[in-house]
Amino acid sequence: MASLGKLAAQGAAATTLKSQNGGEYSARAIGFLFALWFSLFVAVLFLGTLIIVTVIEGAPKFSLNLFTEYSSSNPDNAGARAAIFGSVFVIATTAVLAIPLGVAAATYLEEFADKRRWWNRLIELNVQNLAAVPSIVYGLLTLGLLATVGFKSKNFVLAGGIALALLILPVIVIATREAIRSVPSEIRQGSLALGASPWQTVWRQILPSSIPGIATGSILALSRALGEAAPLLLLGALVYVTFDPTSLMSGFTTMPIQIFSWTGRPQEGFHELAAAASILLLVLLVIMNGLAIFIRNRFQKRW
Amino acid sequence: MNKKSATFPVLVIDDVAGSKGPAQLPGPSNISHFAGRPRPGEKIIKGVLAFSAALTVVITVGILIALIVPGVEFFVNVPIWDFLFGTRWTPMFADADYGVLPLVSATIWTTVLALIIAIPFGLGAAVLMSEYAHPKLRAVLKPILEVLAGIPTVVYGLFALQFIQLVVFKEWLQLDTGAFSVLAAGLVMGIMIIPTIASISEDAMSAVPMSLRQGSAALGANRMQTSVRVVFPAALSGIIAAIILGVSRAVGETMIVAIAAGSQARIVTGPLEAGQTMTGFIANAALGDSRVGSLEYNTLFAVGLLLFIITLIINMISIRLVNKFRQVY
Repeated sequence: MASLGKLAAQGAAATTLKSQNGGEYSARAIGFLFALWFSLFVAVLFLGTLIIVTVIEGAPKFSLNLFTEYSSSNPDNAGARAAIFGSVFVIATTAVLAIPLGVAAATYLEEFADKRRWWNRLIELNVQNLAAVPSIVYGLLTLGLLATVGFKSKNFVLAGGIALALLILPVIVIATREAIRSVPSEIRQGSLALGASPWQTVWRQILPSSIPGIATGSILALSRALGEAAPLLLLGALVYVTFDPTSLMSGFTTMPIQIFSWTGRPQEGFHELAAAASILLLVLLVIMNGLAIFIRNRFQKRW
Repeated sequence: MNKKSATFPVLVIDDVAGSKGPAQLPGPSNISHFAGRPRPGEKIIKGVLAFSAALTVVITVGILIALIVPGVEFFVNVPIWDFLFGTRWTPMFADADYGVLPLVSATIWTTVLALIIAIPFGLGAAVLMSEYAHPKLRAVLKPILEVLAGIPTVVYGLFALQFIQLVVFKEWLQLDTGAFSVLAAGLVMGIMIIPTIASISEDAMSAVPMSLRQGSAALGANRMQTSVRVVFPAALSGIIAAIILGVSRAVGETMIVAIAAGSQARIVTGPLEAGQTMTGFIANAALGDSRVGSLEYNTLFAVGLLLFIITLIINMISIRLVNKFRQVY
């Protein structure tokens, strides 16, 4: 009887608790929701402030000079021409190196690898880990690679492309695997049932269906490479470049490096130039992200 | 289309977690099993693909070799004990000291400050998106976080130095601080990490089965109670993985600290002091033209090796946790 009474008391207590704390509109629940919105508000506020501050500071220097002039000791007639061309060259090299390799590796892991083998599991784990390795380590790797091969110079387009390709390779592998995985197995089975070989199935059915996902992932990975500076710093890209790159062996600088370089100068004019170049970089990244979203929404098949 | 591919891959770390394999069938799980007569051409193609995949392992081995070989040369000159526990870092001075603790102290400061910002705000955003937001609202919120994740770190660094440190801290708040501070760098880095933590935590919380939420609601809990007492504990391993990956990013982040934290290597004792982190040192030292094989050059790699080992351990813990929560549900 005593235990029954205790149970009843507990029940009553629970009911009181519910009437106090329960309900979607109790003070605590509203406070909690407010806190959640506040955390998002902080992120948005920060993003807005960053964009506004950068635009205000960079606007006076965001002119044609930025595109046509080389960097100079006088901020009034300095521009980012060499950096813009350098970025284009390096990113193109990165794309050529990283995308085919990444797609091939992802195709192997998704379609051919036997998951019960330890080496295939090792490759998977390894890709996951590589994606989280600090970017500057890839710079050290490339530097070590160049020293081993015996290059005298370390600041050339191909070296920069290799460093950034190593950096985004795991990202492309992971994105491509996601894209391949979303192709339903009925497509594979149908193709195989009609007598296609495994490779024919991959080449004619699975990869074409995955192209939107691969393109989206690759563009986003390249946009990350475009904004990356740390590995290139190690390749001595922070130099005074007053020429356009013409080949894979040309010296180069890139936009993020140029921004970093201008940030470190004492004159206010260079800080404005850095902000102006940041605007350009942000616009380019928004365009690339927009393109990726457009491809994803427009072309991705919904099975 | 599965849910996962609907998320946006700009959040690179989000996809690091994407290791759920295809449905694990008892039999062979890939199409090679269905090969009919042997085709030598296909064997070659498969070999090329396997080679590409194996190349990723070669990269890791390459990183290890590239770091360890100069690292060992460094430790021949500098006892490892002095390196790990020394409190003076003056490799450029005549009487050079190679105690890495000043660099480590700055890294710890910026990382902890970043996490103080990123954990509450990141988790708040994750709970909002996973438990409260209407799908249409999510469609607006996700891109905002993606833009945050996509901003180049040099731009963050410029903002930390020119606005947060010089305008907000010195002009508005009149704080007693110099041209650089670990606080400005850590604060901005925290904002940079919000998307990482929010995205992976949201994945983990979305993976909690609806039946748990329904059970909780049936017992009279409101959404707050369900979120905090049911969904949050159920998704805890994923949330911890998200936080650990955030730590990994903060430790490895270079440009923000190189620009805003300063380049003076000494033990940091307060948030308003300047300090040089491990990555900051590598970035700054790389600007000088050190000869291959010199002690200066090897120093870069010794610090890089320490950085790589720290992040490797952190990443492995995180990957294990992520894989675990993906198996549970």
